[in-house]
Parts: sequence; structure tokens; C-alpha cells
Amino acid sequence: MQFPGRHDGAKVIKRNPRGLTMGQQHDAYFVPTKSQWPIVAALVMFITVFGAAHWLNAGPGEAGFGKGVLTIGVIGIIGMFFGWFRSVINESLAGSYNAQVDTSFRMGMMWFIFSEVMFFGAFFGALFYVRMYSLPWLGGHGHGVLTHQFLWSDYVASWGANGGGGPEQAGGAFRTVPAWGLPLLNTLLLLASSVTVTIAHHALRAGQRGKILVFLGLTVLLGATFLYFQAHEYMEAYNELNLTLRSGVYGATFFMLTGFHGLHVTLGTIMLLVIWFRVLKGHFDKDHHFGFEAVAWYWHFVDVVWLCLFLFVYIL
Amino acid sequence: MSYAATHDQHDDHHGAPKSFFQRWCMSTNHKDIGTLYLIFALVMFFIGGSFAMLIRAELFKPGLQLMQPYFFNELTTMHALVMIFGAIMPAFVGLGNWMIPLMVGAPDMALPRMNNLSFWILPFAFLLMLSTLFLPGGGPAGGWTMYPPLSLQSNSLAYVVFAIHLMGISSIMGAINIIATILNMRAPGMDLMKMPVFVWSWLITAFLLIAVMPALAGAVTMLLTDKYFGTNFFNPGGGGDPVLYQHIFWFFGHPEVYIMILPAFGIISEIVPTFARKPIFGYKAMVFAIACIAFLSFIVWAHHMFAVGLPLGAEIFFMYATMLISVPTGVKVFNWVATMWGGSMTFETPMLFSIAFIILFTIGGFSGLMMALVPADFQYHDTYFIVAHFHYVLVTGALFAIIAAAYYWMPKWTGNMYSEFWGKVHFWCSVVFVNVLFFPQHFLGLAGMPRRIPDYNVAFANFNMISSIGGFLFGASQLIFIGVLIHCAFFSKKKATDRVWEGAKGLEWTVPSPAPYHTFELPPVIHDDELAHGHVND
Amino acid sequence: MTSGSIRHHGIRRAFTTLTIGALALFGGAAQANPHSWQLNLTRGASTWSPVPYHLNNISLAVCTVIGLLVFSAMFIAMFRFRKSRGAVAEKWSHNTMVEVIWTTIPVLILITLAWLATAGVTSWADTTGSQMTVKVTGYQWKWRYDYVDYLGKPVNKVGFMSKLDQQSDDTRQLDSGMDPYAVKVGDENTYLLNVDKPLVVPADTKIRFVITSGDVIHSWWVPATGWKIDAIPGIVNSAWANFTTPGTYRGQCAELCGQDHGFMPIVVVVKSKADFATWLAGQEAASGAPAAAPQTAQAAAPAPVPAGGQG
Ligand code: HEA
Ligand code: HEA
Ligand code: CUA
Ligand SMILES: [Cu+2]
Repeated sequence: MQFPGRHDGAKVIKRNPRGLTMGQQHDAYFVPTKSQWPIVAALVMFITVFGAAHWLNAGPGEAGFGKGVLTIGVIGIIGMFFGWFRSVINESLAGSYNAQVDTSFRMGMMWFIFSEVMFFGAFFGALFYVRMYSLPWLGGHGHGVLTHQFLWSDYVASWGANGGGGPEQAGGAFRTVPAWGLPLLNTLLLLASSVTVTIAHHALRAGQRGKILVFLGLTVLLGATFLYFQAHEYMEAYNELNLTLRSGVYGATFFMLTGFHGLHVTLGTIMLLVIWFRVLKGHFDKDHHFGFEAVAWYWHFVDVVWLCLFLFVYIL
Repeated sequence: MSYAATHDQHDDHHGAPKSFFQRWCMSTNHKDIGTLYLIFALVMFFIGGSFAMLIRAELFKPGLQLMQPYFFNELTTMHALVMIFGAIMPAFVGLGNWMIPLMVGAPDMALPRMNNLSFWILPFAFLLMLSTLFLPGGGPAGGWTMYPPLSLQSNSLAYVVFAIHLMGISSIMGAINIIATILNMRAPGMDLMKMPVFVWSWLITAFLLIAVMPALAGAVTMLLTDKYFGTNFFNPGGGGDPVLYQHIFWFFGHPEVYIMILPAFGIISEIVPTFARKPIFGYKAMVFAIACIAFLSFIVWAHHMFAVGLPLGAEIFFMYATMLISVPTGVKVFNWVATMWGGSMTFETPMLFSIAFIILFTIGGFSGLMMALVPADFQYHDTYFIVAHFHYVLVTGALFAIIAAAYYWMPKWTGNMYSEFWGKVHFWCSVVFVNVLFFPQHFLGLAGMPRRIPDYNVAFANFNMISSIGGFLFGASQLIFIGVLIHCAFFSKKKATDRVWEGAKGLEWTVPSPAPYHTFELPPVIHDDELAHGHVND
Repeated sequence: MTSGSIRHHGIRRAFTTLTIGALALFGGAAQANPHSWQLNLTRGASTWSPVPYHLNNISLAVCTVIGLLVFSAMFIAMFRFRKSRGAVAEKWSHNTMVEVIWTTIPVLILITLAWLATAGVTSWADTTGSQMTVKVTGYQWKWRYDYVDYLGKPVNKVGFMSKLDQQSDDTRQLDSGMDPYAVKVGDENTYLLNVDKPLVVPADTKIRFVITSGDVIHSWWVPATGWKIDAIPGIVNSAWANFTTPGTYRGQCAELCGQDHGFMPIVVVVKSKADFATWLAGQEAASGAPAAAPQTAQAAAPAPVPAGGQG
């Protein structure tokens, strides 16, 4: 995206990155028309969080209108997404989006994913901190001698079932999910899905619609199965292992990390599904398919996060 | 073909749409959205300022006169949140929206609709946050840092957390937009090392925003689950640690304070050369310094936590890293002075505010450096010495830069000249009273007055009274600013020329004043001598 | 004598104001507690407390010098190179030499400061060889002190709560109509800086404080010690102080801890070793009854010592 220094107008036209002559420049810059969707989006987001907050705040037993407002908000958000994306898709089909707009979209998606990485970073950071510092300190190691001596003298620090509940065994005794069962299976599922989505991408470049549909469909299925297994795993954790959100920092980090990841897989799967239908409708051709690529990137990102989870949450 | 089709969709192609709602609520125009941001920031500044006035009124003399302590803590908390997330940051985003496309020769922001969304989230977010003041349980009162376990005692935590989530989403989208605009929309010939320093500073700031806002979102989410879903992130009984929150918060919080100063550096680096009629000294060094500061800002966060009982090694590491920041910052200060040296200076209002910025920000920086020395910080920490420090860098730093920018670009926005006389009156009142307001707070801190207290021993009476008087007068002085703005926008008879300032360089001065609704629909042909830094080869 | 007491002598007022100014800027141990017009940190009253005091003065001096240089350069430029004096802008915009110089000189200055500060914080962190341990616990909004050991021997159940004194508490109520200036011990105004039962410790003794909290985060700060450290629930921090001069030293909670954060002061009464020994014996006798659990120690303890009286 970087242009070499130009000193005279003449060359500018020749070296113009969009390969257009001055005449076309005028249209080459695309400034989208006015849209009601942004402000609608802001509104429904507000309704959602207001409902959520009110609901959380309503004391036990209190009725409150929180839940209702929350539902309205969520429905609103879904509707908003449909509306906004429809208008974008139409413009894209109308060919309004030139190379430059495409690049802007790509950058937008990349930096969005980067921000997601940082969000997970906060929770991974918490995980590392409790495992490397706070738990050992409570157990009297290194910097924590006095803390241990004066407050938790009979606490033996260790991770997982026998230490993750913290000195007060918050949430009661629990067992942890073994890495080599469902989690391993899920890892394989996601890895496979990454492969299938890539194959679909190549097929798209090659313009073989049938192949795309098959492999994209596979990806969706793999994602759905992953979610099914994770739901299964959660139920097992709650019912058999007594591993809950309340199970000390172990439970907190375990469920927040896997939970937020699961949420992202859900979104990813939905987006893949949408893309599948768009392929069916023939929205993409071999050099105009940003929507497809954006979702593919997102999917790879979700995949990588899971690998980190598998390593740091389940194995280690 | 299809181009023509979209061309017709350009209802607003040759000027602003007539309908008010269409123009302001559905806008995809960087100038209108920039204006919205700026107005919003101004309103928030007055709200946050009114809170500050109440704080100063209660602290006017010993003994509680006006309010219960809890309400005082609410004021302190809200004052900070409103000023930081409502006034300073949106003001910078507004300036970025208005000027970046003009400065790089782009027709608009890269993602105009997302731009509109970023803005419209803000009013709702602050509606949500300010509404907590009227909740039965009262608003948040744990300070803007919201340390657990105290913040978990608040009844309105959920509202504030969600409000912060919204602000975070808004900032991140705004930042993405700015990065995409700068990297993708520059006119041919505007290569990176020719961009105005303001654009550079925003590019780096945007990166900081995307990097740390999610961390804040994560931290407050943990607060939320700890309070409402029984997680144990911050509860040692469950193996967690309250200090963990502080680490995550300050990993966001320190870059955040640079998010509030880097664009200010950019602004000063635009204004000083203009009124010194001499190109910025050491352009590359300036850009590099900003990058250094941004990088260092990620590894100094624990200097806010010297008193939480960190291991000795950590205390020392974070002390060294923090002190290092003085070096690139110093380079900037020195370069501004060197830019003036050998120039041909005039002192219009923007320049006056910039000069005040250089001096007063430096003073704030000095107190910062003093606090970086761990043993000294054991005394300074959580006293009014800190309060004095960050108001020097935030009010006479960030805020003064924003005011300077407003005076500097107002003629380009409105097409009229503001009243130089009243501008100067505003300047002199502000610069005098702001020091009456904040300088004595250094003494209060050194004498041992803690922050966040509604009442104090009589030993602190004198300087508090002086500070309060300065506060009221400084506040009142800002009313002059409003007057100047309104006059300039609606009543000023003096039309502005395109270049506005004799020494002004850069693309934004090549378009008419007021800047037409659409600019650079054709990429401009760039002649380097047009650019502020085009012909520098250092 | 404190600046407060001499202010009233009519004739010596002029001279006095000078003294006050001097004291205000370089307050010694006599000035360990805040006083009107105080301009600088206290030197404190412990062996370590001069460290932050001197660091503060040195770094302030360094910054002042740098500031004067930078600002005077700027003002000279503003005077010499103003258009109204017919100055014509020069073209240069770069000079590697000076840039290198003004990057390296600050580095050198910083290294010196860092070296001093490192020594200071290292000595602060070293709690070894302490002859006494006091456990400090913060609560919303009072402090609890438990004497753990003294001169190697465990102390037998001496512990008590310490909260804002009654007079201040009545006065500080919203429109109580009472005058903060009237809250005094002797001629020292103790508004919001006095407690019902102060912490009593011996002079010339390396005391280790172990600090924690029962609810939210507080911060235990007595400027005379030269440091403050957070009291965090579930975590124990430690720091040490060795008071050089007997006296009454006042401080406050320094971490926002809720509505009465401003109203949980700290008072440390430093006695000579001998006086302290007798005081401690008295306390142990009073709370000696096996029944007295630490929590009820406060009730068992004798009537509040009028803080400020001693030393
Ligand atoms: C715009 C915002 C801003 C900026 C730019 C800074 C800049 C700096 N800040 Fe500040 N800071 C805050 C906003 C800011 N700060 C806020 C809001 C808080 C309080 C948060 C809270 O608790 O609520 C805070 C708190 C804070 C603390 C914690 C204090 C405590 O709570 O105990 C510390 C400690 O190290 C610190 C240090 C610094 C340093 C070293 C710089 C440096 O960047 C300054 C560098 C600049 C200079 C040094 C001057 C110019 C340089 C020269 C002229 C060169 C030569 C100089 C020398 C060699 C000395 N700041
Ligand atoms: C970006 C930031 C910013 C800005 C611009 C300001 C501006 C001001 N701030 Fe503050 N402030 C903070 C950021 C900022 N502050 C932060 C982060 C904290 C820490 C919070 C915490 O501890 O958690 C803080 C805390 C803080 C405190 C300490 C509170 C405490 O510890 O209990 C005080 C006390 O004096 C104060 C005062 C002021 C004043 C007088 C102004 C003035 O500059 C305001 C001037 C503006 C106006 C007054 C508004 C405009 C005029 C009118 C509304 C007209 C009507 C008024 C009159 C006619 C008098 N601020
Ligand atoms: Cu206890 Cu503040
Ligand atoms: Cu900081």
C-alpha cells in the first residue's frame, strides 16, 4: 500500500496503484452512500447491554425487565446484521467496490483479528499469572513466604484438581478434563476444518463451485461437531467432575478461555454457513471473494487459539 | 457501468444532504463525523469539568460542606472516566477524522460507515454510564481504576463494565479505520516518510488502541464474572490475586495515557513549524521518538504498582524502563525548541497554547520522572503529587494541545477567522489559572495529602483553597472558549484564506476554507514543497 | 517547637515566617507530621526515611536545572527569532551532532538517578534481622494491630483495633456545624489524623510490619517511615522501619477503600525501649486472660491512650 515518492504529476498517473487513468480516478474512489445501519447498530447494542446489566443487577428473585430488554436487543442485533450485510453484499455485487475498498476491508479484518488476539491475551495472561505467581506464592514459594506463613499455612500449591481450587477449595473438590479424550478429538476436528476451508479456498480460486460447496460444507459440519463435543464436555464437567466456574482460578480460567473460544467457533460456523449460501448464489468469483477470505482468516485464528488452549489449558 | 450506478447513489455527491437526520445520523462523511466527535467531546468536557468543580468545591475548606463521602467518590470516578473516555479521546478521534484524510489527500476515511458506528456508540455508552448516578445503589465509586475487591462492592458494576465494553468497541473500530485510512488511502506521492507528524502520531496511537483496549475489556469482564458468576480471578481464597487485576488494568492503563499524549505531540509538531515558519527539526527523529515511546509504554505498567509489594526485581525493572521513556520524550521537547531556533516566529493563539504545552507538559513529565524512582514513589504514591503530575500532562498537555488544534484548524473548518483578541484572553486566563489550580497540589502531595479523600486536616487547608479558587477561575475561563467557538462558527465576519496561516504547509491548506463537503475526489498531484516535510532529507 | 506554635509571637513574626519557610522546605524530624504551608517531603523519623527525602530533593534539583536550560533556550529563541524583529526563517532542519548530544546526556543523568534509587529500594526490601514483628490488618474503616514477637520472644495476645478518634468523627459529619480547627491535642491540630488507640512501638528497634487486609485493599502509610505499602486481602506484604526519635507520628490510609477511606488515620507512638517494655507488659497483663481472643482484645484493653501526649 506504499507509493514511492512522486515529484511530478505526470508520473503519478502512470504509477497510479489502481492502474486507472486520471479520468477514471473520480469513480475509483468509492465513498459509500448514507446508511441508517450504523446508528441502528449503536442503538441495538445499547438496548442489549442495558438489558443485560439490568438483569445481572436485579437481586435474587427480583423480577425486573432486564431479560425482556436483553432479548429485544439480541433480536435487534441479529436483524441489524442481516440488514447491514445485505446492503453491503448488494453494493459488492453491483461492483461498487474497487481494489482500494477491498484492501481497506482486508486491513479492517486483519486488525480486528489482532484485537481479538489481544482479548484472548488478557485471559491467557491471567492463566500464566496464576500458575506462575499467585498460586505458588499462596503456597509459600518465593515471594509468597509471609503470605503462606500468616494466612494459608496449610495450603500446598499445585495446579489442576488438587490445587486449582485455591486455599479455600473454592467450589469444592473437583476433577479436571483429561486432555487426551474429547479435547484431543476436538483438536483434530478443528485442524481438519482448517484444511477443508483451505481446499475450498483453492477451489474458489480455480472456480470449481461444486468442490467449494462440498469442502465448505464439510468445514461447517466439523465446526458444528466441535461445538457439540464441547457442550458435551461442559455437561460432563458440571455433572460428573464438579468442575464449575466457581472451582477456584482453575475453573475460572478453564471456562472463560474455552467458553470465549467456543463463542468464537459458534460465530465462525455461522459465518461459514452464510458464506456457503453466498457461494451457492454465486456471489464470489475467483478474484472477488473478500467475504470468503475474511471468514477463512477468522476460522484459522479460532483454530490457532484452540491449539494454545489445548496446550496450556488441557495438556500442561 | 457499475461505477456509474454507484455514482448515482451518491445522493450527497455535490454537497451535504438537506435532511438533518440524514446528514448527522446516517453520515458517511469524515468531516461531519469529525464535527460530531468534537462537539461530543466538548459536551463531555463540560460535564466532567462540572464534576471537577464539585470536587474542588467540597475540597475548598476542611470539613464536609456539600456532600456525603460516597458521592464524592462517585464524582472522582465519573470525572476521570468522562474526561478520559468522553472528552480527550473522542476529541483526538474527531481531529483525526477531520484532518487525516485532508492531510494525506484521501476523499474520506477508509471505512466511512464503521466510522459513523464508532461515533454513535459513544453517546449511548455514556448514557449508560452516567445513568448509574441515578441508580438506587449509586454509581461506581472505586476510582477510574476500579480495583477489586472494592469495585465488586458497587451495585452498578455491570452497567459500568458494559459501558466500558462499548467505549472499547468504539475506540477499536475508530483505530482500525484510521490505520486503514493512513495505510491505504494516501494520495500517490504521499509516502510514509512524508506524512505530517500528526498523521504519524495517530498511526502509532491507533496501533496502541487496538493492542490495549481488548486487554481492558478482558480485565473488566473478569470483574463482571467475579461479581456475578462466582469466578475467583481476584480472590486469593480461590487461588486468584487482586493484584492480577492491577497488572492487566495497567497493561492497558499506561499505554492509554500515551494514547492521550501522542496525538498531542503530533499537533504541536504541526503548529510549531507553522508559526516558526521553519520545517520541523529532525523529522525522522520525531517519528522515531514516537515509535520508541509507544514501544516502551508496553513495558512500564507496574510503575503504577510500586506500593503493592512487587518482588524487588520487578520494582527495579519497571523503574528503569519507566525512566527510559524520558529520553525519546526529551528528544521531542528539544526538537520543538530547535524548530523555533532560527525561525521567524509570530504568536497567534495556537502557537501560544503550543508553547504553554511544551513548558507545562515538561513540568508534568519531570514529576513523572520523580515518581519513577521507586523509593520516592513510596512517598508520592496515591497523594496529590500524583494528581498534580497527571493533570499537568493531561490538562496542560493533552487538553491544551486539543485547544491549540481547535484554534489552528477552526478557520479551515468554518471558513471564518476566530477573534484573535478573545483567543488570547482565553489563553492567558487558562494558562495562569491552571497553574494556580494544579501547582499547589504538588505541595499538598509532598506534605502528605492522600488522593481520593473528601476531607482533610487543616494543615492542608491553605493550598486546597488556592487550588479550588484556581479551579473555579480555570473552569470559568473555558466559557470564553465556548464564546470564541460560537462567534467564529456563526458570527465572524473575517473570512479565512485557503492557507489561513502564512507559514502553513501541507495538503489540508491547499483546499478552500471552509473545506468543501467533499475533498480530493481526485487524488491531488503532490508537489513536495507543498508538504511540511516533503523536502526534508534527514 | 513547631511552626504552628511560634506563629503568634507578634514581634518575631517576620523572622518566624522565614523560619516557617525554611522548615516548610526542609522539614526535619520535628516536622514529621503535616503542617501549614509545608512545601516539601518530610525527612521522616526512621533510619530509612531520609532516602526518599534526598532522592526527591536530588531529582527535583536535576529536573529544575534541565528545565531552566530548556526553557531559557526557548525564551531566547522566542525573543531573538520573532518576525516582528525582522527575523528571517533559516532553512536547516537537522543536525545529527546536537541530536546525539541531547540523547546521551539525559541517559547519563538517568543512570545516576537509577543507581541512587536502586540502592534505596534494595535496602528497603531487606527485612532481615528485625527485632520485632507487628501484624497490621486493614478493615473498612479501621486498622487492627497485633504484636507478633518482640526481641525474639512471641508476644502474648496483644492486639487491638485502632479507628478515627471520636472528636474528629463527630466533627467530620456532613454539616455537623463543628469546627475542624477546634480538634486539637495540645496545640497540634489532629483533625482526621488522630485515633482512639494508637500503635505503640519502641525506638531504635528494627520493626518488621506484616500487612494484610480483611476486606478490600487499603494502604498503610506513615510518612515518618518513608514508605507506604498496600494491605491486600489474602496477601501479606512486609516492610520495616527503625524509628530514631520517640514521638507521635501520624499517617492515613492511602488506597481508596470505600466511603470512609478519608477517615481511617494511623497514629504510631514511638516510645523509648524502656517505656515500651513497661507498656507492653501492661498490655499483656490486661489481655492475658486465656478467654480473651484477639478479636475482643480491644474491649480487654485499657482506656484509649491520648495520642499526642507521649514523646
Ligand atoms: C498524558 C498522560 C501521561 C503522560 C504523558 C505521563 C508521562 C509519564 N508518567 Fe504518568 N501518569 C498519568 C498520565 C501520564 N503520565 C496518569 C493519569 C497517572 C495516574 C493514574 C492513576 O493512578 O489514576 C500517572 C501516574 C504515573 C505514575 C504512578 C505514580 C503512582 O501512582 O505512584 C508514574 C510512576 O512512575 C508515572 C510516570 C510517568 C513518566 C516517567 C512519564 C514520562 O513519559 C514523562 C517523560 C517526560 C519528561 C521527563 C519531560 C521532558 C523530557 C526532557 C526535557 C528530557 C530531559 C529530562 C530528564 C533526563 C529528566 N506516571
Ligand atoms: C483527561 C483528563 C482530565 C481533565 C481534563 C481533568 C480536569 C480537571 N480535573 Fe481531574 N482527574 C483526572 C483526569 C482529568 N482531570 C483523572 C484521571 C483523575 C483521577 C481520578 C481517580 O482518582 O480515580 C482526576 C482527579 C481529579 C482530582 C482528584 C480527585 C480525588 O483524588 O478525589 C481533582 C481535584 O482537584 C481534579 C480536578 C480537576 C479540575 C479542577 C479539572 C479542570 O481542568 C476542569 C476544567 C473544566 C471545567 C470546569 C468545565 C468547563 C466549565 C464549566 C463547566 C463552566 C462552569 C464552571 C464554572 C463557572 C466555575 N481531578
Ligand atoms: Cu482504607 Cu483507604
Ligand atoms: Cu503510567
